[in-house]
Amino acid sequence: MALISAQNLVKSYGQGDLEVRALNGVSLDIEQGDFVAIIGASGSGKSTFMNMIGCLDQPTSGVYELAGQQVSELSVDALADVRNRRIGFVFQQFNLLARTSALENVAMPLLYAREGPLSNLTKHEQLAHAKHRLEQVGLGDRLSHTPAELSGGQQQRVAIARALVNDPALILADEPTGALDSKMTIDIMHLLRRLNHEGMTVIVVTHEPEVAAYANRVVTFKDGQIIDIHINDHPVGKSEMAQAPL
Amino acid sequence: MKIGSLMNLSIAMQALRVNKMRSILTMLGIVIGVAAVIAMIAIGGGAQQRLQEQIASLGSNLLIVVPGSIIQSGARLGAGNAQTLTEQDARAITTEIPDVAFAAPLTRSNAQVVFGNTNWATNINGVYNDYFDVREWNLAEGRFFDQGEITRFGKVAILGKTVSSQLFGEDNPVGQVVRIRGIPFEIIGLMESKGQSSQGQDQDDVIFVPLTTGRNRLFGEPRGRIARVGTIMIKAQEGSDTQEVEARITELLRQRHRIQPGMENDFQVRNLTEILKTQEAASKVMSMLLAAVASVSLLVGGIGIMNIMLVSVTERTREIGLRLAVGARGRDIMMQFLVEAMTLATLGGAIGVLLGVLISWLVAYIAGWSISLNLLSIIFAVGFSAAIGIFFGYYPAKKAAKMQPIEALRYE
Repeated sequence: MALISAQNLVKSYGQGDLEVRALNGVSLDIEQGDFVAIIGASGSGKSTFMNMIGCLDQPTSGVYELAGQQVSELSVDALADVRNRRIGFVFQQFNLLARTSALENVAMPLLYAREGPLSNLTKHEQLAHAKHRLEQVGLGDRLSHTPAELSGGQQQRVAIARALVNDPALILADEPTGALDSKMTIDIMHLLRRLNHEGMTVIVVTHEPEVAAYANRVVTFKDGQIIDIHINDHPVGKSEMAQAPL
Repeated sequence: MKIGSLMNLSIAMQALRVNKMRSILTMLGIVIGVAAVIAMIAIGGGAQQRLQEQIASLGSNLLIVVPGSIIQSGARLGAGNAQTLTEQDARAITTEIPDVAFAAPLTRSNAQVVFGNTNWATNINGVYNDYFDVREWNLAEGRFFDQGEITRFGKVAILGKTVSSQLFGEDNPVGQVVRIRGIPFEIIGLMESKGQSSQGQDQDDVIFVPLTTGRNRLFGEPRGRIARVGTIMIKAQEGSDTQEVEARITELLRQRHRIQPGMENDFQVRNLTEILKTQEAASKVMSMLLAAVASVSLLVGGIGIMNIMLVSVTERTREIGLRLAVGARGRDIMMQFLVEAMTLATLGGAIGVLLGVLISWLVAYIAGWSISLNLLSIIFAVGFSAAIGIFFGYYPAKKAAKMQPIEALRYE
């Protein structure tokens, strides 16, 4: 069964003649372990779709199942729990807590873990777990650095480690390279590629074709609808991954 | 639920640490408010305690009759210049007014007292033993006057503590002989220390002799049937209305002194307990007023906290969005900011208590005022500042909790 199953999702604002449909009947399945890029111009509905599958917003109509769980009818609090357990977010602006160490930043989501194996960790165990995730993204030597002491690429790595800390089912990256130069972009996309190689489902929202080239599948949005699903035969970075793990 | 207040406390402490300077400035309002309240209550309480001690040392239900002004050749002389009171007046007050327990006549003079090669200028009070009942004043050593000494103008004296220590140091003066105006007096007793009066006089700087001895041997008054006295100290019965007693005494003395209606009294009745009680009430009002003013600064401090918390919530909108995105519930965000406000207020309150206690001690040390710190007011001040934290933190926290994750994350 698909990890993500969206059927005929509609999101509309306003009523009657003034009704605007940000999403107009979107259906998409994403399997466990897939690497999907969502592209489209601004206003195409790709961000709205991402908010839906990220459980940050509820569809006006349609059905959304995440790992077999019907999400579209959950309460606000239950949605918060689903986000905490299943989804790791990566944002364009990193959204790290200022003047707070990388380690504390990564451990932060664990504070809100209410169920599952991560919900009963002591403070010490939380930090140990966070340290492990920082090592996984190659920042084991930057634990006590604050965001101001890290480069943009390193900050985004910290954010990715934070997304990983809850052992989520998928990573949802919204323009993860939008604030980075091309060298750092390659760096971050390789990291996501490697995480995917290790089994993580990754969804990247972007408007850059170079970034989308890393994905197995590229879903194109326009006017609130999916107009194209393209399968990359040779995603960038995939072949290197098999030979030389980072 | 796992999200405990402990976790919120650690988030709050972290947020406060990150904004150290701002946190300190925010706390300052509460610090000053609490310190002011504590210091005012301590100082006001001290003043009241001192007044109560004075009432206790004066003796309860005390009234004093002093001679009034008289007119001599058209000139009105001030109170106390004439001797209009007599021992018979004192006796009449005791017998004719049922609510009077004692009415002790007293005549004062000053004299140099000599012992060996030391001497000391002090008050000589001629009294009977009932004076000590009125003042509720006990002997430390020796005995009171006996009847023979009173009728035969016995040359005996009872010393106050100050006089004793001036002339005899730490030694027991009983049995020694001192000279007052050249006349040898045997010391038969030593009074307990009474301390300062409400006017700041040393009440222990005194020598008591029998009133008869004083009149006939020391004060240089003519012998006669009318035994003039300086003042009459009166103790009303426990539980009686001293104002009522005051009125009865006035009425009685007007009759005895044959004062026509409309004429001025040749004496004054002073209700000492009443005066002190009035002072006490005034000081109570004063200290409550001071505490009320200090509370206003607490309120202002609370508004300061609300102000900074609102700024903080706006400034950290993206952080709130992030926390919501990674699984925080509205309640968690609410608690985070509430705990932060409460931590600010309580920490400020605790520092304020320390500062307030320090100020009180400094006032006591430098100005010599007595202070009275009580635990209850300290607990109240800290509890009140925590309550201020909740009250003024609630609105900003509620605002934070209501945010939508998507909008909060996009906030620039």
